[in-house]
This record gives sequence, C-alpha cells and structure tokens, in this order.
Amino acid sequence: MLSYALRRLLQGVLTLWVMSLLVFAGVYAIGNPVDILINPQADQAEIAQAVAQLGLDRPLWQQYWAFLSSAFSGDFGMSFVTRAPAVALILERLPATLELALTAMLIAVVLGIPLGLLAGLKPDSWISRAIMAGSILGFSLPSFWVGLMLIMVFSVQLGWLPTTGRGATVDVFGIPLSFLTADGMQHLILPALNLALFKLSLLIRLTRAGTREAMLQDYVRFARAKGVSESAVVRVHVLRNILIPVVTVAGLELGSLIAFAVVTETIFAWPGMGKLLIDSINVLDRPVIVAYLLIVVFLFIVINLLVDLLYAALDPRVRLEATR
Amino acid sequence: MSTASSPVRELFSGFAGDRIAWFALWVLAALLLAALAAPWIAPQDPYDLAQLDILDSKLAPGAASASGTTYWLGTDDQGRDMLSAILHGLRISIGVGIFSTVIALALGIMIGLSAARAGGWTETLVMRIVDLQLSFPAILIALVLLALSGQGVDKIIIALVVVQWAYYARTVRGAALVELRKEYVEAAVCAGYGSARILFRHVLPNVLPSLSVIATVQVAQAIALEATLSFLGLGLPITEPSLGLLIANGYVHLLSGKYWISFFPGIALLITIVAINLAGDRLRDVLNPRLR
Repeated sequence: MLSYALRRLLQGVLTLWVMSLLVFAGVYAIGNPVDILINPQADQAEIAQAVAQLGLDRPLWQQYWAFLSSAFSGDFGMSFVTRAPAVALILERLPATLELALTAMLIAVVLGIPLGLLAGLKPDSWISRAIMAGSILGFSLPSFWVGLMLIMVFSVQLGWLPTTGRGATVDVFGIPLSFLTADGMQHLILPALNLALFKLSLLIRLTRAGTREAMLQDYVRFARAKGVSESAVVRVHVLRNILIPVVTVAGLELGSLIAFAVVTETIFAWPGMGKLLIDSINVLDRPVIVAYLLIVVFLFIVINLLVDLLYAALDPRVRLEATR
Repeated sequence: MSTASSPVRELFSGFAGDRIAWFALWVLAALLLAALAAPWIAPQDPYDLAQLDILDSKLAPGAASASGTTYWLGTDDQGRDMLSAILHGLRISIGVGIFSTVIALALGIMIGLSAARAGGWTETLVMRIVDLQLSFPAILIALVLLALSGQGVDKIIIALVVVQWAYYARTVRGAALVELRKEYVEAAVCAGYGSARILFRHVLPNVLPSLSVIATVQVAQAIALEATLSFLGLGLPITEPSLGLLIANGYVHLLSGKYWISFFPGIALLITIVAINLAGDRLRDVLNPRLR
C-alpha cells in the first residue's frame, strides 16, 4: 500500500511539472500580452519600461525559471489588470466554486443513487423507463442552455428565485458561505441544479448498470435462498457492492465539476474562479490565467490521488493489480 | 462490390427493428439536409444586412413584418429571421462537429496504430500522453487552447481535434493490440507483407466498427462543446454564428421575457444532439456481435 501510494504521489508531481511546462510554453508561443496590456498611444520608452517591469524582456528559460521558483512559494505574479497577486485573486474565489461544485455533487449523489437503484431493480416498469429517458436527456442537453432555461422558467416567468449572484453569505472560519442563509440558499439552488444535471444522469446510469449486474450474482441468489428479505438483499448485498465504483466515479468527477463550473458561473454570474477565468481571458490577464490553470491542475491531481488511494484501500484487487 | 451491400443492408434492418432509432435516423437525415441546403431554403439571408429591417427587431414568433413576411420563430435584436439564422447556424455547428471529428479520427488512427505496432518506449510515451490528456476534462483543455490562440473557425477546429484525438488513439491501440495477436496477421506476416500494409489493409478494417460508434457519439460531443465555447465567447467569431452564438445573443433578452432568441436555437441544438446519440446507441447494438 505504501509503495503504491508513493508511486502515485510521484506520478502526480511529474504531471504537475509537465503541465507547468505546457501552460508556460503555450502562453509564450501563442499569446503576446504586450499588444494588449500596454496602451497603444504609449511611446517606445514607455513600452520598454512596461516590458522590463513585467519581466517580458528576459530570455524564455529565465522567465520560466523565475515563474517556477516563485510558483513554489505560491507566487504566480501580479494580475496585469488589478495589480493584486494572482493567487490571492483565485483563492478568494475558490470557496464559492467549491461550494457550488460540492452542492452539485451532493444533489447528484442523493438523487442519482436511489433513482438508479430503482431503475435497476425494476428495469421494465414505466417509472424506470421515465428515469432512463430523463437521464438520456440529461446527457444530451447542453448544460449552458439548461441554465438559461432554468433562469427563464424559475426567475423570469415564475419569479421564484433570483437570477444571478451569490446572495447573503455567512463567514465560517473566515470563509464566506451561501448555504447557511435563506437568501444564499435561494441563489445557490439553480446553479447547483444546473451543474448537477450531467453528473446526476451519469450516476443514474452507473447505479442502474451496477444494480442489474449485482442482481444476477450468486451471492444475491444465495441470500434469497437463505430467506433474507428483499429489502435486506438490496441494502446489504446489492448496494454495498455497487457503492465502491459509484463513489469512486463521483469522486473523480468532482474535478470535472470544478472545470464545468466555468460555464455555470458565467451564466448565473456566480462569483467563483471560473467566472474569474473567463473575465481574465477576455482581457488576456496572463498571470491570472496561468495561476488558475495550475491551481485547477493541482486540485485535480490531489482529488484523483485521494480517490485512487481510497479505492485501493477499499478494494484490494486494485493495489494487487498495480504492483504486478 | 456485392459483398459491401450486405453489411449495409444488415445495418438498415438493424435500425428498422428499433422505432426510436429509426425515427432518430430520419430526423438526423432531415437535419443534415436542412444544414446542407440552408442557403437555398432559408427564407432570408440572415447575414445580408440589406435584407434586414431594424423595424422588425425582436418580433415574437409568428409575427408578420411590415413588408408582409411572417417570422415563424420570431426575430432577433437586429430584425433577423430566427428560422433562417438557425438553419445557417445548424450548418456551421454540424460542419464544425463532423469536420473536427474526422480529422481527430484520422489522427487518432495513425497514432494509435503506430503505437501498437512500434511497442517499447514509443508506445509507453504515447500512451502516457494520452492518459495525461484524458485525465483532464475536454472543456478545460479547449478553454485553455482558445484562451491562448484567440477566436476563429480554424482555431476551434484545432481545439476540438486536440480534445478528441486521444480517445481514438487509445481505442485504436487497444483494439489493434488484440488484432495483432490473431492468426490472420501472422499469416499476412508470413506472406511477406510490409507492416504498413498489414496495419492499414488488415488490422484497420477490423478496428473500424467499434471506432465508428465512438466517432458518431463524438460528433454530438463536439457540437455541444463548440456551442458551449461559442456561448462563452471563446469559440466561433460573430461573422460565423453557430447555434451556440445565437443562444448567447439571446441571453440578454431572456431576462426581459423575449425567450425565442435563445430558446429555438437551443431546441435545434438539442434535437441534433439527441438524434445523434440515439442513432449512435443503436449503431453500437447493431455492430456488437455479442448482442446479436
């Protein structure tokens, strides 16, 4: 287990390094911030001064080295636009994104597993067909359009819920949270539902497939022969066996929820780091883009690492497979 | 070729057995036809400013203009007929989706087959890159590429190709490894054929069925991703409005109750994606020998 954990950790660090190289190379190979950030009316001396101030006149490897060494100390430079440290800007927005992503995952898990179980236990009933049709729709509906329709129905037509923003927040250990106030909850529900829809469909399908497979296994037949009640068969034998892969997928999908939050946050003007990314792209605020990318990649690697280790701890076949 | 017609006929009878898939296939054919014929069947050229009348702007669906034409799906803020805009948008969305998928497929086949054939550290390196890429969501990679490269049809196609090739490379390599161990390959090697001939004439035809299913569903993914990126303002430029851009244009008017500018392009997008997914699902069942 320890050697497996160490090897996965090393892989994670390597991935992070490769990504830092790719991101940096991409930024320098394609973008030219000089054109965008410096006033077109500026004369040569002013441009030169600005370039020197931003460190754009040094050789590439020196810029990369400076970038890498300061990245280790958590310094990704100052935003070209607001002059605030890029990392601080993103970390300030991180709680909002995490709150949104975790709420969405909670909705997906709490609704997806029971619905998938139901569809798997009675595959031919009309309710299962309705659930599966709904999940196909959930897969096919473009998430940004669903967001617009949610706003149209619940905010514009019915007037039940607010359209944008985060609402009132409460500070818990200095972190602002929306879900603790009624107003914040009202602001949270539509974006979270929007973000959850795709994962909800995914979990329904996974749980249904797992349930159908588990119902055919010998241990279920044996439990029934033993006289175990049907609800106990489902609860103890079926659910326990399908929960490992389902929870693993849910964990791995958390990273993609954070990435997809970019879309939801833009639609609902949710002040998370995804919206910050889009705003920064529009003004080519390079340090913020780079910092966002590396922080998200870092989050991804940490999440994947934790889920992998958890999976290996729960299911011994995984680590045996990996060490072979 | 008489042998080629029988699998095709089999494919059609496989589709005919499932009413929903058969219906999806017809819808898809109609959409493709509409997209191809958009410049001729659209009531108006939505990008010829001479044909637009600002007095007709933001008309509700079914409203008639001053000159007597009826706008069945309403008009946008510039007095553009939404039906015409959707037909043209469909053309761009489907075109970009198919084109990028075909290029990514070709690239993935080349890389996947070569990796399977080469083996050793070349294969390991290629597959590590594939793993690395597939561990990040497509939207994140596409966002980054477009953030760095800017807008344009070529840019979005490049981004969609970069996002997709790894799926095909992984699938092709996996399937090719299985095929390369089979006896017909051994026979071809004994017959003295070169490795390129064996890969493309013998292995590839056996790998293609499973790839075609992935590619079909991937077209829907590509269309959805392009629409999302265009909606965020990072995809296609305003001169080439895809469905995603039309939806983005209607976003500001949504809050004042003028739903149709966003709603109808979204419905067109939805029908396209659902039709492709349903047809792709059926295609997988028809092509899967284990289910027959």
